[in-house]
Amino acid sequence: MSEILRLDRVSRRFSGLQALREVTLGINKGEVLGLIGPNGAGKTTLVNTVCGVTPANSGTITFDGQDITRIKTFQAARLGLSRTFQIVQPFAEFSALDNVAAAALFSQPGESLKSAREEARAHLAFVGLEAQASQSAATLTLAMRKRLELAKALAMKPKLLFLDEVNAGLNSAEVERATKLIHQLAADGITIVMIEHLMKVVLNVCTRIVVLHNGQLIADGEPRDVIKNPAVVDAYLGQQYAQRNAANG
Amino acid sequence: MKRANLALLIVLACLAALPLVGGAYALRLGTMACMYAILALSWNVVGGLAGYPSFATAAFFGFGAYATGVLLNAGLPLTVSILAALIGSFVLAGLLGAVLLRLRGHYFAIASLSLVGVLRELVNNATDLTGGGMGLNIPLASGSSIMADALFFFYGMWGLLLATALMVIAVSASKLGFGLVCIRQNETAANMIGLNATLYKSIAFGLSACFVAAAGGLYAAWVHYIDPSDVFDILYSVKPIVMTLMGGLGSPLGAACGAFLYLVLEEVVWRNYIQIHSGVLGVLIVALLLLLPHGLVSLRFRNFWRKAKHV
Amino acid sequence: MLAAQIIINALVLGCLYACIAIGFSLVWGVLNVINLIHGSIIVLGAYLAWGAYQSMAISPWYVLPVAVPVFFVFGYLLQRLLLNRVLHAPVLVTLTLTFGLDLILNNAMIYFFKADYRKLTLKPPMGSVSLFHVVVPVDRLIATVLALALTGLLYLLLRHSRIGRAIVAVRLDRDAAILMGVDVRSIYAIAFGIGAALAGCAGVLMALIFPISALTSSSYLDKAFVVCVLGGLGSVSGALAGGLLLALVEGIGSAAIGPAYATTLSFALLIVFLLFRPQGLLGRKGFE
Repeated sequence: MSEILRLDRVSRRFSGLQALREVTLGINKGEVLGLIGPNGAGKTTLVNTVCGVTPANSGTITFDGQDITRIKTFQAARLGLSRTFQIVQPFAEFSALDNVAAAALFSQPGESLKSAREEARAHLAFVGLEAQASQSAATLTLAMRKRLELAKALAMKPKLLFLDEVNAGLNSAEVERATKLIHQLAADGITIVMIEHLMKVVLNVCTRIVVLHNGQLIADGEPRDVIKNPAVVDAYLGQQYAQRNAANG
Repeated sequence: MKRANLALLIVLACLAALPLVGGAYALRLGTMACMYAILALSWNVVGGLAGYPSFATAAFFGFGAYATGVLLNAGLPLTVSILAALIGSFVLAGLLGAVLLRLRGHYFAIASLSLVGVLRELVNNATDLTGGGMGLNIPLASGSSIMADALFFFYGMWGLLLATALMVIAVSASKLGFGLVCIRQNETAANMIGLNATLYKSIAFGLSACFVAAAGGLYAAWVHYIDPSDVFDILYSVKPIVMTLMGGLGSPLGAACGAFLYLVLEEVVWRNYIQIHSGVLGVLIVALLLLLPHGLVSLRFRNFWRKAKHV
Repeated sequence: MLAAQIIINALVLGCLYACIAIGFSLVWGVLNVINLIHGSIIVLGAYLAWGAYQSMAISPWYVLPVAVPVFFVFGYLLQRLLLNRVLHAPVLVTLTLTFGLDLILNNAMIYFFKADYRKLTLKPPMGSVSLFHVVVPVDRLIATVLALALTGLLYLLLRHSRIGRAIVAVRLDRDAAILMGVDVRSIYAIAFGIGAALAGCAGVLMALIFPISALTSSSYLDKAFVVCVLGGLGSVSGALAGGLLLALVEGIGSAAIGPAYATTLSFALLIVFLLFRPQGLLGRKGFE
């Protein structure tokens, strides 16, 4: 398997707070990687650092054989790095269709507004929002806006897709629906890194898990192994979860 | 083409027929109307579409006036001088925009406002080139009759207005315009989908400056004499904002109509209350901002209110 | 000796600049409003001092206790009646609104007092003192001391009074202050009133030193801008630091490359600070 993304001793500081400490991590093509850890562990910072929102203070990041450590956000997007936001970021005045069209238009060279809108319809249909295409993004429900984020990310034809808590705030039926979508994407061969708190989803979807704690990677491996790792249990999952899991498994 | 933009072109076509019905006074007003509309339409590109509260209009108006004045004095023909001012200010504003448009909200407003001060002081100090505070005389090229002159400058300004309107219409229908609206709504998300926001904002700032500079240049040739406190007057920055607010933000037709309406008000005030004209103008501005949001253009305006909270 | 003179002049002028800017900084910091009428209020204060001296021979420092309530009420009403209506409006609207108000006040002053430059000349003149072989006019020195005193007074007010703490609370976190039961609209009006009172007092002091005309209002406003950005919004000490820095730069700049470039220099400095250190020298969140 070939690597699509490599972080080599990447660190990021925020005035006094060390959000990432020498993170070294490789992600393989076609993988669905679960990035888990307690709140404030640096998961979203990791995504922001790769996407150029908060550039690394030290270390190097390579994407598809290209050094992207100092890349600007919009360049990262054009290279095929795309992401959804933990807190959804739609263009509130635009219709759902134009939201997705904007993503297609600006990430793909040579796209016209007309062709972008046509493509956008297909992506909206994929996430089940075709009926809301002309509705303004501000009027959508949270679950719909989360799916809109996903459609926007897909319109960018990602090689690597970061899903930042796409399930947070959703009810179980909605989670199930989102999980199905992620399975489909993985089947289509998109490499996915998902930040997720719902362990059920992580175990269901991910082929590998890495655990971040206080800005450091503390575990990396097969899902079944990682959740039994004592350090992970201590830092994140908690004893109760481990016992329940042992009883079930 | 959108209906409103078509209406704008029709309004402009009607304006072109003004010499058929009016004399020298009407032509003077018509020339001013075209000039104001150029300022308002241009401001709308950066202020209305991209949502950046720019107070830099006066800077580029003065820049254009002086660039043209200096070149005319150097013996270049009028069209060449104005073209040079137009291109020069596009480049200047584009470069400045890349730097200044990193600022947001109040900080951008202040920076754009102080741009006016910086350019005015530079012109004031470059006495050899610009005459400094003494002002600059612009040689009179034509030497023909007053009426012919009035016609010439009216159609000159009208032509610039037409060019500005076509630019604005083209921008709003283009990828650029779409991108600027994305930037106004959510700049972070705009970057995240691969939009080069810095480049887009720079181009928008350049476009919003170049026709203003050309108008400044033609104005300089028209009035034959300019001085720094006249052409770098902060009022040139504020008026287009007031006009656009009057006519409805984001709509080129609204901006142009706002400009015409504003000119009429200004002319009435100027003629009747010369001593207190700026005070009356102030009252108009205050009344417009406090009362009109729920009046004439309330629908568009209230939309803007919500949008622009994030500015 | 020239260097010493430049530095002493800058110290004196710097305190005056701080006094000019402090009310502007308070309003910007607390209300998030760039108050373009500030310069005209300063000029109005100067006219008040001038009028009192011309008609009743009252020295400017005795005018201060009158100026404070007069301008406070003026500012309070302005905010209560007009500006509070556009609290949540975008920058564009508040800026344009205060610009319109400034046009009105400025035009009114030109209408009543004409645009001619007036000078308040104390009789008999107060002469000057020599500090370390550096000559400073006494009236200028008095103005400086009073300017510092006003600045100190604001600091104490914000630090120790109930109202002051409420103002700081609103600046730090408006929503939290509302939840704590602070009446934000009235705090805004009070803060604007204090800002206006400070501007008026600054004007009274300026009358001792500079010629008086409505035409000078924009130069006061420019100074306030620059001082705020240099020193950083949100602190009394920031305004002092900004005032001193501006006065030093102007003083050294005009000695080195000529007085004509002093204004250009200060604007250039303003833009550089905006871009690279928008929080200013001493910027922080509270206003104390």
